Amino acid sequence: MIPALGHFVLALALAIAAAQAVIGLFGPMLRDRLVLRAAPALAISQFIMLGLAFAALVWSGVVSDFTVRNVAEFSSSTTPLFYRITGTWGNHDGSMLLWCLILSLCGATVGVFGNNIPTSLRARVLGVLGLVSGGFLLFTLAVSDPFRRIWPPPLHGAGVNPILQDPGLAVHPPILYTGYVGFSIAFAFAVAALIEGRVDAAWGRWVRPWTLVSWIFLTCGICFGSLWSYYTLGWGGFWFWDPVENVALLPWLTGTALLHSAIVVEKREALKTWSVLLAIATFSLSLCGTFLVRSGLLNSVHAFAASPNQGLFILVLLALTIGGSLLLFAIRAPVLAATGMFAPVSREGALILNNVFLCIIAAVVFTGTMYPPFVDLAFGMQISVGAPFYDQAVLPMVAPLILAMAVGPMLPWKRGAIGPALVKVWYAAVAALIVFAYYAFQRHFIAALGLAGAVWVMIGALIDIGERVRLFRVPLGQSFARLGTIPRASVGAALGHFGFGVVVLGIAGMTLRVHDVTVLHPGQSVALGGFNWKLDSIVPATGPNYTARKATITVTRHGKLVMVLKPERRYFTAQKVKTVAAAIRTNGVRNMFATFAGEDNSGGGEFRFNVHPFAPEIWLGGFIMALGGAISLSDRRFRIGAPARVKLRKPAGSATV
Amino acid sequence: MMSRKTRRLWLVVACGAGVSCATALMLVAFRSSLSFFLSPQEVIAKHPAPGMVFRLGGVVQANTVVMGTRDSRPYTTFRITDGQASIPVVFTGVLPGLFRQGQGVVTVGTMAKGDREFMADTVLAKHGASYMPAPVEQALRKAGKWNPKFGPAPNAATWDDKSPRTIEADNNG
Repeated sequence: MIPALGHFVLALALAIAAAQAVIGLFGPMLRDRLVLRAAPALAISQFIMLGLAFAALVWSGVVSDFTVRNVAEFSSSTTPLFYRITGTWGNHDGSMLLWCLILSLCGATVGVFGNNIPTSLRARVLGVLGLVSGGFLLFTLAVSDPFRRIWPPPLHGAGVNPILQDPGLAVHPPILYTGYVGFSIAFAFAVAALIEGRVDAAWGRWVRPWTLVSWIFLTCGICFGSLWSYYTLGWGGFWFWDPVENVALLPWLTGTALLHSAIVVEKREALKTWSVLLAIATFSLSLCGTFLVRSGLLNSVHAFAASPNQGLFILVLLALTIGGSLLLFAIRAPVLAATGMFAPVSREGALILNNVFLCIIAAVVFTGTMYPPFVDLAFGMQISVGAPFYDQAVLPMVAPLILAMAVGPMLPWKRGAIGPALVKVWYAAVAALIVFAYYAFQRHFIAALGLAGAVWVMIGALIDIGERVRLFRVPLGQSFARLGTIPRASVGAALGHFGFGVVVLGIAGMTLRVHDVTVLHPGQSVALGGFNWKLDSIVPATGPNYTARKATITVTRHGKLVMVLKPERRYFTAQKVKTVAAAIRTNGVRNMFATFAGEDNSGGGEFRFNVHPFAPEIWLGGFIMALGGAISLSDRRFRIGAPARVKLRKPAGSATV
Repeated sequence: MMSRKTRRLWLVVACGAGVSCATALMLVAFRSSLSFFLSPQEVIAKHPAPGMVFRLGGVVQANTVVMGTRDSRPYTTFRITDGQASIPVVFTGVLPGLFRQGQGVVTVGTMAKGDREFMADTVLAKHGASYMPAPVEQALRKAGKWNPKFGPAPNAATWDDKSPRTIEADNNG
């Protein structure tokens, strides 16, 4: 009964999305106030319908209704409640529904919070969102229906993939999807602006907060994903340049570029066409990120919901969305003329440099990711592009970005000079040089470069804040008081840059890692990274739906106990699958990482021990970046919007009501 | 203040420099880090040069997995088969948790001297919902062992004993 209702409201949501698309896109031409008001209402009701459908699917999972194929194949009666809920989106059909739910949430958010947007623009934005949503709802209903029933129902479900039985599944996909899908709003704004033929500072002001929200989610989503694979896959890597990771990185790169270029649109009314293109590109890459992976075109080591048979429908849908918006861009872009003027050495210039490099990096990653499927289709050869490609081609491109990152925020708008900006950051340069010299002296040249870059960016960000509060130039108390008065967007930006520096610190620190694979019998020990790792015992253990072998490893340094690690090997009885549960301990600047890989006949255990200096900073930095974004989002000008400008513009706009 | 033309020129120069640097880096990187995927059958047919890194994929042949210890480091030998040919693989290190007999795997490494065995430095077992890496799936299809049109992959343990052609036999004959 409940699944049938869920299926029904899903169909209802499709009908509403269609209405939203038609009314939103053609309503503004009628110049009818009531018609325009309908768009937000439809967006909100579409969200409610999809919310109900999603709740119905979760309910079917919770009560283990095995007549629903989705539940029967990816859940079982022995699966713990938590994973019965998260299992809802741990497979292709369910995650499609989650995707559509978040898309409709975006529409509803614009409907509820978009009161400061001109009604006609808002209707068009919602119309575009409705169109996209309609397409994907049609796909969900027609090809990947999460409510498909089977009869007779199996007695026990097949159970969730043990790798996915992890709290990471509760956090990573919804947050990553929110990040991906959130860019649909920037996309819809871009398409609506192309239809209206107008992009101005106000447009930049509306687009930026929405972009910022999805950027925050995407940053967190990527961080969680990286953290999850770090502790799950068991060999201590945090980023594998795997296609599935790359396609998440691509919209992050262009989204970050959009975040910066939207500032220029807002402050200086320049880079308008470019920002529109970036908005389109970012959402297009998000779509590719979600769907190319599932179409079976890309190979990956990660667990994700794949469904190769539905590739064609998705590819057509992608081609229509991306191709259609790019066509519209090609036709309408010349209408959007630039007005702002500036010199190359200026804040705008620095932001353009940021955009150029971010987009080049995105292009390199895109080439590396798409080359293997291209070669496969064109020449029938199976090749793969490994991590060394990205290390060699991407990292040199990050270097200028890092160099410019500390200087850019010091430059004034319109016209500046390099000299005074460099003078401001001289102690960042000195600190970076000291760090470089220290590590270069120990012959860790790559780490030296990376750590120096990290210190440069971090101190540069602190100087940015210090300059704004006139630290050490006025009494400390006065500086502290100033901290409350400077725009939060500036604090957020500096914090975001600082967080990026922290990420660089973590990644560079990981090049100093040491690891060893060894066989130990109880009582034996091995030395690694200045620590003594001793195996005490291997004992059996049990979990809710698995049995395990648990090892106890005592780590000592100079005879003193540092920590006890308890890595496990788990055997999931229902799926007959073994997994490795790594034991990781962190002290904030270093991770100790032990995995228990197997046992031989003589009672010895195979272990992999890792010492990862600065590893926690990789994710810490990512979350600091997201926090910076959140602080920037709370800036006064976004909360209040730009009512004065909207009122001024209303009589001028021909299509506004 | 610069004129619009000069500004545009600067932009074009900057973009051009960036793009050409990136292209150059990519071409250099491509040359050194592209690796081909070969199935056991293709390895026997093509005899890849020792030292060339490639990916060998297929199904772990039943009853061939031998684990042991060498200098207190775990090592594993097993055979990878596509049903038509089979290649012995030596791997030193920790196998992924999903590694098992009859499982589709992709290994990365080089052929040892003498073309006898594959020295793997990475073994990837698919962590996805379907336990068959796409290249392996294609290799199986080419070898006539499985057509996805007729349902899911057969349980590999049932067919990997059909005495596939081995690399030793091929080298000797």
